[in-house]
Amino acid sequence: MSGKWSRFNIVSIVLGFAFLYLPIVILVLFSFNASKLVTVWGGFSIKWYYSLFQNQGLIDAAWVTLRVGFISATAATVLGTLAALALTRYTRFRGRVLFSGMVFAPLVMPEVITGLSLLLLFVAIGLDRGFLTVTLAHITFSMCFVAVVVQSRLLTFDRSIEEAAMDLGATPVRTFFQITLPVILPAIVSGWMLAFTLSLDDLVIASFTSGPGATTLPMKIYSQVRLGVTPEINAACTLLIALVAIGVIAASIVNKRREVQRLRDEQAAQRT
Amino acid sequence: MAETTANTASVGSVQSETSGMGRSILGAITNRLVIIVPYLWLLFFFLVPFAIVFKISLSQTAISMPPYTPVFGFDNFLESVRDLSFDNYVWLTEDALYFRAYVSSLFIAAVSTLLTLLVGYPIAYGMARAPTAIRPTLLMLVILPFWTSFLIRVYAWIGILKPEGLLNQVLLATGIIDQPLIILNTNIAIFIGIVYSYLPFMVLPLYSALEKMDYSLIEAAQDLGCRPIAAFWKITFPLSLSGVVAGCLLVFIPAVGEFVIPDLLGGSQTLMIGKTLWSEFFNNRDWPVASAVAVILLLILVVPIMFFQSAQARAQEQGRT
Repeated sequence: MSGKWSRFNIVSIVLGFAFLYLPIVILVLFSFNASKLVTVWGGFSIKWYYSLFQNQGLIDAAWVTLRVGFISATAATVLGTLAALALTRYTRFRGRVLFSGMVFAPLVMPEVITGLSLLLLFVAIGLDRGFLTVTLAHITFSMCFVAVVVQSRLLTFDRSIEEAAMDLGATPVRTFFQITLPVILPAIVSGWMLAFTLSLDDLVIASFTSGPGATTLPMKIYSQVRLGVTPEINAACTLLIALVAIGVIAASIVNKRREVQRLRDEQAAQRT
Repeated sequence: MAETTANTASVGSVQSETSGMGRSILGAITNRLVIIVPYLWLLFFFLVPFAIVFKISLSQTAISMPPYTPVFGFDNFLESVRDLSFDNYVWLTEDALYFRAYVSSLFIAAVSTLLTLLVGYPIAYGMARAPTAIRPTLLMLVILPFWTSFLIRVYAWIGILKPEGLLNQVLLATGIIDQPLIILNTNIAIFIGIVYSYLPFMVLPLYSALEKMDYSLIEAAQDLGCRPIAAFWKITFPLSLSGVVAGCLLVFIPAVGEFVIPDLLGGSQTLMIGKTLWSEFFNNRDWPVASAVAVILLLILVVPIMFFQSAQARAQEQGRT
């Protein structure tokens, strides 16, 4: 293997990406299908999008989902960032092993267990199931994902600039907001986005913890999928994919700009 | 451990690496809050619920309130402690259905994990050997599907795999087969669904292990007359073992309790424990039995989960240095 990138490497990447993307591409294409049969092409049409916007049940569910996602992602980002700081900055405190266990275990915990256990908690403390309980459940499992994302950034963080700030008389709180936070901000932003999409996606935990008034979009889609594949669902899925894709692409452009700016600043700093 | 924590009295009393700088009381309080707030949150919303699941699993089926009746306060709670029973666990051992569901979940998860590794390894390897300039793009392309809904990605396969679906249309049109393949509602569809949905979880840790590798080792081995396949098994694979372990755990553990994939792609005869738990809860409304199913599932998974956590902690230690 003298050439760095062999033909085998290229073929496996192309096949792998085809496998990853083909089903999504097909799904999006068939949302523009005029025929009601999902697998037979009957010409281009956007009528399914039109009928989607007539479906009040789906629109209500979409609003619930967006609100739950926004609130839970924001709270999860705060809690997850704190957890990441606690894990990377404090190497010794009683119960640290338990704490890191509680941060990592939800990442792999089967959703049926998390959903059932949270539901039983809400019933035990007499909390009515609905918007609040779904939000609390989503905060709990997505904060761990935020913690992992932010933690990996904190591990490569150069502590000496914090120490310099403190030597110059800044309080720890001020040091955090003026030095640490700006540096780890990209990780916090991607943590927020991850938490938001996790909340947007979740079916199992929401089904356990939600009440009659708070049906989320995945729950709605799921109940329709069980009845069969329809182009309307394809259209709803396409809109969700578009929403997420726009968000991810926008974030990566912002990140790239920031990176370019940072390099420019560093070069300017070295010149002076 | 006991010696090192002897001077830290409680959860909140921390020894910050920076506290040596002697800061204000305000600083000390914020230091504590950083730990206490997420700690208490996870205790209350992650650990306490497991205790409740365990408790409910020991209660009589008759005690359980039907869903949507929110009267199940702490008064009933304490009363019901008195009549703990293992009936639900006995029930699980008496009905062979549950045992078969556990075994079949473990089997399906194991096969799917192996398949994901076989599919994911060449992709991760190709990415690690790609020109440095395009690696970030490739990385983003692997992560991107992960951002689109799990439910949507599983749903997309129904249209492809069903008897009159796209795969059969293509295969019939090209004359490779003359009878439509029955894939949907079989275990094969579940394997495809799990491999597809969990592939990024396998590729990412594999990639980060393979990227760090020193490829001059392989060149050296080949210069010394080692054949490429032997060099792979003797050098590349052992060096990527940490990624293999992390990837397999990230796929295997959630796959055992998977619900959406077997429910949408599997058939009526497919047994998976996540589906069993779901139907005990939502269809039979038998909360105590559902809890007992969850407790056993957790006991089965506790060893791989602890293994996963210690691997994570090790990776974190390496990242620190």
